[in-house]
Amino acid sequence: MTGKPFLSLRGISKTYAMGPARLGGPVRNLHAVDDVTLDVLPGETLGLVGESGCGKSSLARMIMQLEPPTSGTMVLKGRDPAELGNAALKEARRDFQMVFQDPYASLNPRMRARAIIAEVLRNYRFGTPDQINARVEELARQVGLSAHLLDRFPHELSGGQCQRVGIARAIALKPRLIVADEPVSALDVSIQAQILNLIVELQSEMGLTLVFVSHDMSVVAHVADRVAVMYLGRLVEIGPSSDIFSRPLHPYSRTLLAAVPRPVPEARQRHASARGELPSPLNPPSGCHFRTRCPLATERCSAERPQLRSIEGARQVACHHADADAVGVHVTENLHA
Amino acid sequence: MAIIESAVPSHPVGPLLRHMGRNRAITLCCLFLIVLVLLAIFAPVVAGDPLKIDPAHRLSSPEAGAIWGRDHLGRDVFARAVYGTRVSLLVGFSVAILTTVFGVAIGVYAGLSRIGGAIVMRLTDAMMAIPAILLAIAFASILNAGLLTVIIAIAIPEIPRMVRLVRSVVLGVRSQPHVTAAISIGTSGLALIWRHILPGTMGPVLVQATYACASAIIASAVLSFLGVGISPEVPSWGGMMADARSTFRVQPVLMLYPGVLLSLLVLAVNILGDRLSDTLDPRKSRRTSL
Amino acid sequence: MTDTLSVEHLNLTFENENGAVLALDEISFSLARGEILSLVGESGCGKSVTAMAIMGLLPPGSAKISGSIRLGPTNLLDLNEAELRNVRGNRIGMVFQDPMTSLDPVHTVGMQIAEVVQRHRGADAKAARSRALEMLDLVRIPDARNRLQAYPHELSGGMRQRVMIAMALACNPEVLIADEPTTALDVTVQAQILELIGELKSELSMSVILITHDLGVVASTADRMMVMYAGRIVEEGPVERVFSRPSHGYTAGLLQSLPGYGSTLRSHLTEIAGSVPRLDHRNPGCTFAPRCRFATGHCNAPLPDAHEIGANHRSLCIRDTAVFEAISNHEIVRAWA
Repeated sequence: MTGKPFLSLRGISKTYAMGPARLGGPVRNLHAVDDVTLDVLPGETLGLVGESGCGKSSLARMIMQLEPPTSGTMVLKGRDPAELGNAALKEARRDFQMVFQDPYASLNPRMRARAIIAEVLRNYRFGTPDQINARVEELARQVGLSAHLLDRFPHELSGGQCQRVGIARAIALKPRLIVADEPVSALDVSIQAQILNLIVELQSEMGLTLVFVSHDMSVVAHVADRVAVMYLGRLVEIGPSSDIFSRPLHPYSRTLLAAVPRPVPEARQRHASARGELPSPLNPPSGCHFRTRCPLATERCSAERPQLRSIEGARQVACHHADADAVGVHVTENLHA
Repeated sequence: MAIIESAVPSHPVGPLLRHMGRNRAITLCCLFLIVLVLLAIFAPVVAGDPLKIDPAHRLSSPEAGAIWGRDHLGRDVFARAVYGTRVSLLVGFSVAILTTVFGVAIGVYAGLSRIGGAIVMRLTDAMMAIPAILLAIAFASILNAGLLTVIIAIAIPEIPRMVRLVRSVVLGVRSQPHVTAAISIGTSGLALIWRHILPGTMGPVLVQATYACASAIIASAVLSFLGVGISPEVPSWGGMMADARSTFRVQPVLMLYPGVLLSLLVLAVNILGDRLSDTLDPRKSRRTSL
Repeated sequence: MTDTLSVEHLNLTFENENGAVLALDEISFSLARGEILSLVGESGCGKSVTAMAIMGLLPPGSAKISGSIRLGPTNLLDLNEAELRNVRGNRIGMVFQDPMTSLDPVHTVGMQIAEVVQRHRGADAKAARSRALEMLDLVRIPDARNRLQAYPHELSGGMRQRVMIAMALACNPEVLIADEPTTALDVTVQAQILELIGELKSELSMSVILITHDLGVVASTADRMMVMYAGRIVEEGPVERVFSRPSHGYTAGLLQSLPGYGSTLRSHLTEIAGSVPRLDHRNPGCTFAPRCRFATGHCNAPLPDAHEIGANHRSLCIRDTAVFEAISNHEIVRAWA
């Protein structure tokens, strides 16, 4: 890795205390995010992938300072935003903005598109009402939203148009970092391509750093320079996206990629579904969380939590058995048996 | 089910008016309320003197001077019913407003502050453990008699209900993505509450306010019926029913007039609250057809 | 091959105060015994409405329907509500997108399956219970005997969807309609459920209508596919045929807008411009023409009926040759050639 990271997370964890399973039972802890350490380099796109409950959205919210981590530190542009006071945090928010999953629900249903985009400008005293209005229209052009749509309410806009409003709001202050939490997963296929193109264009125009959260591997493969794979709150593999998608090292990454239905003829023959289902995040397996579904699991996997370790230069994997290439072959056989 | 992601331009007030035009229940209730409000305002024009005692015509049947007859003191029942509207409406609307203002303020606070919320909730629990009418009677007897006392006495037990409702709605609204989005773009404090949280609570608050209004109308009638609060000579529907009780066997209609008026008014207010809450939701306004 | 279900000239109009919306326009297709037919398209294209029409679940007042839906010799559109109830769940089973909302949270899954059997087959309680157990085994729920007692919330999303399938199949229906059965599920679980549907189809030799927006799901599971757009079937044919020779501008557009096939990192995706048209103002010609890259003036003239491209492969597109020429080099098309 080269250059100073724009954002670094060190041992970030988030634990939610859940009510006891039965009256008088012990309080259960949900480890939504468990000791995640990673860096995001300036200008790069980091893809964050995993299945529901893997903690990717929680991590996104913590980066956005929408909830505090239970433990761990974060450095964004040289400081930890969690240590800032309210006023300083508000000022710091100029630099990191978010694009949300549900394009419709993330817009206030009672405000028109124009007011929604203008709100962020007003919050940061952008200028006179005329200046704000001019900037809103400029932003609308930038995100490909016709000006007449600005006077509509969210429910009068299509999903794609709503997402454009959401993106205009996020880039209004020219942030440095955009956290996009499943920005296209609620959209139709044809609209998905429009929004992906828009995000990619804006990124290169504005030199944005992008954290792109998604469960859709092909979308992440399209936008991300590096990919971080999460499973039950833990980071299991991180590395350059081309490496991970062509030769995933962690057994979970392999399972995940093999499970994606692809519109190619091979999809008809290969039924490579993973064994079992996601264990309850309230009661995850000991040691390696993936061991209950893993074809490579040994006793060591239940006894000892695998730490993230560097492998092949820029890649990092948290697996006891991810070294030898021979093992890789073994995994594939097991999956397809 | 989404048939189509259509994008139709619309005017926010248009659908409301059209909806009201289409909706016979709302129209009827509104008309009834407007008639009552007009009666209350123009009582001196419409009706005669409600206080004038005419012992010679006690319990007389309807006649030209008193179209609903006279009560046990020979007072004009129609005039008393019309003037009684004043008390009912005044108490109903005032309680609704007081409950809304205090209930929303406290409820929003309770919904946003963890510790404050817990304290407020225990207080409301305590207050809601006592029957509202008992609480109202207690307050009415502690404070000086009068209309204001009645209003306050009825409003206080209503407020905890509103607080509870507003708090639970706020807890829901607070976790909606658009509120998260607003926080992420630096909106905070009063602006966040005013622009993003309060509007989402208005539907349920409106319904609760109308229920408060309706139950306040009933409560004021009950207090008058029991002789607590407003002095007996001020014409009120509850007082009229209390008076009519003694002569119920001779002239049962005397009970009927204020009773039916009271029921209709409460019904109208309740229906209105139900239907309006559907209409005012921008997302539902296009779909609902009742 | 005999047709289990045949739909002919199905037209469906929804009427509301703003006028009439033509939701389905001359839908004709047949479903052979033992085949999986996939309905593909974006939201609002009419794929779910087609399923509702077959199930007789459309709101009676506002929906005007014409044509015929034949299940064996019976035209379902001629049946009254009581007769339809006997068809639903008995001769046609249905699985929905969200298994949680389709299951009754206050009854055990065993009871819910048994109830279906009792209602339609008049079985006694004991027979119904053993049928429920048999069904849970059939859908590969481990430890089925104990799971009979489970409530829906005690099961994972994948398990719930298996229960839904068990319920839908409890009366040996001739047709199973699965409306986005895996959209709410994680990728690894999705693969398991698709595999299950494929296996059950062969075991029970039933016919399946699989509604999805995901071309990957179609490719890996279906035998035949129908692409729908704005209430019309724009292209239909065997899956290999349609993927190897896409013959409608919309099909081509869908394939090209998929990220990850022939696109490089952050390259511009070929998007389908604009958004889905409103159904109440349709032009006489091709409904897709305004968004189509291949459209010429002729596309706005009234369209001829679908024409044969190859064996069992039909398209509404009058520019099918131009479409195919333009897309013949696409990675997905070449993979199927």
